[in-house]
Parts: sequence; structure tokens; C-alpha cells
Amino acid sequence: MPVVTLTVNDELVSGQSGQSLLSLLKELGIEMPTLCHLEGLSDRGGCRLCMVELQGSKRLFAACVTPVQEGMVVYTHTERLNNYRRMILELLFAERNHVCAVCVQNGHCELQTQAAKNGMDSVRYDYLVPDLPMDASHERYVLDHNRCILCTRCVRVCDEIEGAHVWDLMGRGVNSRVIAGLNQPWGDSDSCTKCGKCVQVCPTGALTLRGSTVAEMEKQHDFLKWILTGREKKQWDYS
Amino acid sequence: MARKQTNPREDAAPAAPPSNGKIRLATVWMGGCSGCHMSFLDLDEKLLDLFAQADLVYSPIADLKEFPENVDVTLVEGAIANVDHVKLAKEIRERSKIVVSFGDCAVTGNVTSLRNRLQVDDLLTKVYHEGPGSVPHGDDDDIMPALLPRVIPLHQLIKVDAFIPGCPPDTDRIWTAVSALLAGQPVEFEPEMRLFG
Repeated sequence: MPVVTLTVNDELVSGQSGQSLLSLLKELGIEMPTLCHLEGLSDRGGCRLCMVELQGSKRLFAACVTPVQEGMVVYTHTERLNNYRRMILELLFAERNHVCAVCVQNGHCELQTQAAKNGMDSVRYDYLVPDLPMDASHERYVLDHNRCILCTRCVRVCDEIEGAHVWDLMGRGVNSRVIAGLNQPWGDSDSCTKCGKCVQVCPTGALTLRGSTVAEMEKQHDFLKWILTGREKKQWDYS
Repeated sequence: MARKQTNPREDAAPAAPPSNGKIRLATVWMGGCSGCHMSFLDLDEKLLDLFAQADLVYSPIADLKEFPENVDVTLVEGAIANVDHVKLAKEIRERSKIVVSFGDCAVTGNVTSLRNRLQVDDLLTKVYHEGPGSVPHGDDDDIMPALLPRVIPLHQLIKVDAFIPGCPPDTDRIWTAVSALLAGQPVEFEPEMRLFG
């Protein structure tokens, strides 16, 4: 693949043509905040935390869905970007009922961690306090809409890795919901294989193991790399 | 959109000398479980260092009825949940140089705000009508303060100069914040000390 040269935070760097800007920034050791991105799944540019400034354009670009280009001039942590990142996190907290102290994923939550890392010390917006249900119809897992940030990692892993496509989105804007099947109780879904991949990739306490209580839930993403290495390179590491 | 929420008010002078040279410190218990105050007491021997530099002029552990004038630093535990909290919060703001949201309930509403999806009347029915005893209303009896329709974090009612997150904040966080305030510095936390929950 041809090499492209670009400037990141005033330093000349090179990347592979076709590579996403986010993957290059990660290779360079620049810590980029992300929530919807997960190594091994397709990117959708949904959470907007990985936004960067590109010289010559007023608009901001999500690095995960922006390919590297020759001559690009990129800034990753300007005051403007940091302010927007904080604003996004505050809006996520205001949109649903993220009460960390009583969440099953307290202490292991990517939303909680990103808020702390990006300097969110309070939420300046009114909390919407939506009256959202939980779906505890599945024999192994629980879906809590109160904690969902609509990152769609569950939708993508079920479709792209498991091949079942149980999950999808319904509605628009703040009324969007993750749904199982054609908006039926998860436990009634015939297509769900009960594999639990959706639970493991969920960044918050929205998808959890049944029976877990406050701060008990920890997620493992390792399986994604293992499956993809096996499928793509035929290397199955059983050690 | 830049704002300095972690910094004390620029016009505030935290080290302004009171008569005996000590900082006038207040701690307040609003809509919370008192866990933040328990964590405050867990400062243990650091409390001796603290009170070498500060006088506790109002606190649930000091039994003073009126919130005093000329307070340098006030730590507020708990969310704003009833009409008494609203009144006290406004007094605190008028009489304190620096107001600090102390713990997750003051900062976010947290557990206290879990009732926000219910109507206040339904809430009282659940707790009282369906339980033993009669229902306190608060509107007319002047005994029970009436509940607000919605619990809100402190900074949605009054201006707040610094935030100490945590449920409860551990002693390291409290000491980091308090020692900065005693020294007249802004409260700044490392990311891991800024985690909610």
C-alpha cells in the first residue's frame, strides 16, 4: 500500500493509504477518546468523541471514519475539540439515567472513564430523566435502556461477528432504542444464539449478565481479536 | 463554550483573614445519606491538621441552627430535594465565598434523584399511604418540607465553585480538595479521582 505523509499536531508522520485516521493516531501513541469504536468491528462515527480538526475546514471530522490523506494537517486535542468532547459526554449523561453509584458496571464503565478523562466534573444541562424500561426476559442477560448510549456495538457485533443480527435500532434522536428482533422481548427472539458477544462489547451497564449487582460487571473484548485472527489468518490460538 | 467549573470564583479570596487567622469552614447535609460526611470523618488524624487551619462554623456534626455569615468555604453534601434545601442553598451562596458540591448527590443528583421519574404524590403514596402512618404533606403543616417535583444537583440552583465527585468521595479526594481550598488554590483532580460512583 502506498505511503502517505501528513502532519499531526505539528509533526510530520506517515501512514498507509486507505487506513483510518484513528488507527494511525493510535499507532502514533496519541490517546484518542472513543466510545462507539471497537477494534474488530466496523466504524460508524456515531459517538463523535474521536473528532479532529483538519486545516482548511471549519467542520470537525470523526477520525474513525476519515481515511488518511497526503498533506492532511490534523489537530487532535485543541481547546475547541476538548470542549466539544466534554459537551458530548455531558449530553450523554443528561440524556438517560446514568447513576454510576448504583450501576452494575460502576468502576468498569467506558462512559464513566471517558467522562473522568475528559474533565467532566458536572453536567451543565438539565437531566431528561426518561422513564425507560428494562428487558429481563432473556435467560442469561439483561438489557437496561437507562444505561444505553446507542453506540450500536451490540448491533454490529451480532451482525458482523455472530451473524445473527438480533439487534437493531428503532426511532430517532433521543427516542431511539436498541431493539431485539422486530421490537420483541429479547427472551422471545428466535435468532438470538445466547452467545453473549453483545454483552461483552457493551461499553456501559446497558447489557449485563443476569444476576450481577452493583459494580460486579466487567467486560472482556479479547474474543473479538481471537475470532478475527482465526477467521482471517486461520490461526487459532488455543494456548 | 470554555468555562472554568473546577476553579473557585475569581472574585473569591479563600485565604481572607478572619479574626483569628483561621479559615471559616462549613459543611452542610442536604438530600443525601450522610455518607459523604462519614467519609469526611474518615480523614482521621488529618482532621487535626485541618482544624489547625480552619474553624468549623456550621455542620451536622456541630448542631448549629443558623447558617452563619462570612463563611470562607462550604462543603455541601446531597442534592436539592425539598423547599428547605432551596432556602438553605440560597443562604449558603449569599454567606459563603466558596461553595463546593461535595459528593455525587450534590454534583449529579445521584441516588436522591432516582425518584425523578415518579410523580411526587405517587412517591408519597408508595412510601406512606401503602405503608403505616399518615401522609406528611409539608405544604401546610410547617413541619415536613414539601418535596420538589424534581431533585436537582446543587449547581442547577446556585453557582458552585468546585466539585468533589464520588459516592462517597474517598478521603484522598476530600483531602486533595480541602487542602487546595485551605491554600487558596483551585480544586484540581487527576482523572482517576474524578470518577463518579
